[in-house]
Amino acid sequence: MARAISKKNKIINSLIAWTIGLIIFFPILWIIILSFKTEGDAIRSPIAVIFSNWTFENYFVVQDRSDYFKHFYNSVFIAFGSTFLGILIAVPASWSMAFVPSKRTRGILLWMLSTKMLPAVGVLYPIYILFIALGILDSRVGLVVVLMLMNLPIIVWMLYTYFREIPEEILEASRMDGAGLREEILFVLTPMALPGIASTVLLNIILAWNEAFWTLNLTAAKAAPLTAFIASYSSPEGLFYAKLSAASVMAIAPILIMGWFSQKQLVRGLTFGAVK
Amino acid sequence: MSTQQSRSAAKLMLAPAVFLLMAWMLVPLSMTLYFSFKKYLPLRGGDLGWVGFDNYTRFVSSSSFWPAIGTTFLIVGGVLVITVMLGILFALLLDQPFWGQGIVRIMFIAPFFVMPTVSGLVWKNMFMDPVNGFFAHLSKAFGSDPIQWLSQESILSLTIILSWQWLPFATLILLTAIQSLDSDQIEAAEMDGARLLGRFWFIIIPHLARAITIVILIQTIFLLAIFAEIFVTTAGAFGTKTLTYLIFQRVLESQNVGLGSAGGVYAIILANIIAIFLMRIVGKNLSD
Amino acid sequence: MSWIQLKNVSKKFDDLEIIPPLNLEIKDGEFVVFVGPSGCGKSTLLRLIAGLEDVSSGQIFINGEDATEVSPAKRKLAMVFQSYALYPHMTVRKNISFPLRMAGVSNAEQVKKVDDAAKVLNLSEYLDRKPGQLSGGQRQRVAIGRAIVREPQAFLFDEPLSNLDAALRVGMRVEISELHKRLATTMIYVTHDQVEAMTMADKIVVLQNGKIEQVGSPLDLYRSPINTFVASFIGSPKMNIIEGVQASKHRSESIGIRPEHISISDTNGTWEGTIGVSEQLGSDTFFHVKCQFQDQSITVRAVGGLELAYGQTVFLTPDQKHLHRFDKSGLRIK
Repeated sequence: MARAISKKNKIINSLIAWTIGLIIFFPILWIIILSFKTEGDAIRSPIAVIFSNWTFENYFVVQDRSDYFKHFYNSVFIAFGSTFLGILIAVPASWSMAFVPSKRTRGILLWMLSTKMLPAVGVLYPIYILFIALGILDSRVGLVVVLMLMNLPIIVWMLYTYFREIPEEILEASRMDGAGLREEILFVLTPMALPGIASTVLLNIILAWNEAFWTLNLTAAKAAPLTAFIASYSSPEGLFYAKLSAASVMAIAPILIMGWFSQKQLVRGLTFGAVK
Repeated sequence: MSTQQSRSAAKLMLAPAVFLLMAWMLVPLSMTLYFSFKKYLPLRGGDLGWVGFDNYTRFVSSSSFWPAIGTTFLIVGGVLVITVMLGILFALLLDQPFWGQGIVRIMFIAPFFVMPTVSGLVWKNMFMDPVNGFFAHLSKAFGSDPIQWLSQESILSLTIILSWQWLPFATLILLTAIQSLDSDQIEAAEMDGARLLGRFWFIIIPHLARAITIVILIQTIFLLAIFAEIFVTTAGAFGTKTLTYLIFQRVLESQNVGLGSAGGVYAIILANIIAIFLMRIVGKNLSD
Repeated sequence: MSWIQLKNVSKKFDDLEIIPPLNLEIKDGEFVVFVGPSGCGKSTLLRLIAGLEDVSSGQIFINGEDATEVSPAKRKLAMVFQSYALYPHMTVRKNISFPLRMAGVSNAEQVKKVDDAAKVLNLSEYLDRKPGQLSGGQRQRVAIGRAIVREPQAFLFDEPLSNLDAALRVGMRVEISELHKRLATTMIYVTHDQVEAMTMADKIVVLQNGKIEQVGSPLDLYRSPINTFVASFIGSPKMNIIEGVQASKHRSESIGIRPEHISISDTNGTWEGTIGVSEQLGSDTFFHVKCQFQDQSITVRAVGGLELAYGQTVFLTPDQKHLHRFDKSGLRIK
């Protein structure tokens, strides 16, 4: 819809867009700034804050005193682990629904999506005691399984839409060329679907990294990822704005970068393709 | 288009996903259902037997129930109104040509990728803290008393925080929808004499109707389940207990599992009602 | 090299019968064209022969053996798809060698066969490019190359030229016909374009709603169409079908006369009419003449360059030798 407009209008649009953009982005910008200030400076008035001294000390303190990297590693393990497990299970499922659809396919897809709608709080207690019984409370593996199950519908769905975009004729051509099922998936389907698979992986790592229900309720000292680690700042001791800022910046930076690349996938994945 | 061979292979490949999701659905759900009919207080006596629908009536008749419904309604409703209205405006803005589109988009979208605990704590402390927060400093500079955001205007505060987080989602969805609008349609309208407001009302809004509906449905489902932001800011105090938080407290904090489970069942039913509407729209799309 | 036989082959999708039981024989080395309007089942029939779809009933024999249950690859047929279906992530060389790779042919063999095919199809310069970097005609040739290297028993073409522009189409038509002469392999070709059918086929199979209307050589179908459907479908511009009094004069329900078999005069003739639209092609002129006895204009072919005014009165005389007669059910009267 955007087309050529006058220079004057372009200037006005730019001014408005940048102003609103900066306002929206401001909280993130602010904590980036605060993360480089001392605690004493961090609580002063904004102008004073900006002109005070810069320091890296917070980043070191956060690691030293609270073992930031352990939590970072937990986040990585849980996010990547649940995503890859999900991909492993979803690729065959999505393949079969995309290329060998039956009368039930539509129903199965909708059912899978509906499982994502289940409010987690409704099954909190059963999962909690199941985890205790199985000995996987406060374990990375346990969280990988739960988050995988929570995101499986989205992974299946996204892969399904990407697979459907592969022209059926190309797969038929491979069958005519003598490719069995294994060769078809290995040499033709996967290379063509790779960008779609990558997008799905990206989006799901983001969703798993930011997940803040199960990660808060099912973990303690051992498996707590960054979400829970940051939550520990809700009952702090002494001045902590600068440290919280530093910890937050480190926690959100990877995702902000990944998020930038995954805008289109976000729309596809979270609206279940209902918006194109 | 398939043959017998590929059909049997397909069923096998679908099995693990279907099996896992079914187990994920049935096992915990049936346990919740089971607990909801019992008086079960792990910290104060354990399994105290069947009580029929007692928990269900007690949950709804408790003094916290209606306030929780009200809180939920206010917060979810407030966020929806703000995100949809601003979302449309911002989507229209981002659709226009201007300099630095790439960077501006990053700025608009970033809040969605900030984890809920960071979001909650940053707003609570660095912005809304009545002594050291950004807003407090601003108020003092203008000579007025700082607003006690989270302790007095608690629902408003949470609405602001959640709107900030979800605005990018609405904006992005609506922007995608706007950009899918054929420029031909707009130009035809222009040729037919429609001015800016006319084009907006008669062409853009109807086209967006479906996207807006989806935004509302999806956001509602996710907003009903909001947890972390409340957990780290108010822990449910100052009247910020939503239905979800109330259930959480019953189940994990006061450990009245039976009561909490009944609440959980209510929440599940509510979510399913909304899901039915959403699935109908998604389903229509699937038949394309 | 094979002959292909379809015995009582039918195809149902859910409960809809797309192709009622059908019998067809294709001789070794023939160039057979399946032609018909959209939805007539020609592509479905091709896919049944290829093995990409299962038959609902009946049998398919290839070279004397029952191939009904055999998988597509094992039937030793090669297919060229309408969209070419090239592997976008592989180079031209890899595309063409893919079937050889699947068959376990040695690397050295693969290289030789691909080079040979590339030479035949003028693709030698493009072997290291990817499909995205090729033009429509070049992609077409890669698809054909991929089929050739398999040295199949028959080639199947599914509307291969419909994605090309008009000029390219004419050129590729000739190339495919030449390929057929050179390889002498059976070719089954599906198209909705009756010009392609007429120019390329040894034998044409005209289909409508899954049923075979007529099988015969191009000239057979042109000279002796078995019913009004085939008569109207073959030949461009369409044959004029006339009903009513003019037809009953010839003791028929309807008569047919092709535009090229009507002479036009401004003085006298069998039918009187007025000139409507005239189409000047240079080589020919086509007039749409409005006659009193029916609403539909009669199309007449005349010599190139003849100009007659809109509304001018003319007289048409059909050549009795080429008049076709049809009965109440649209069948030809001998």
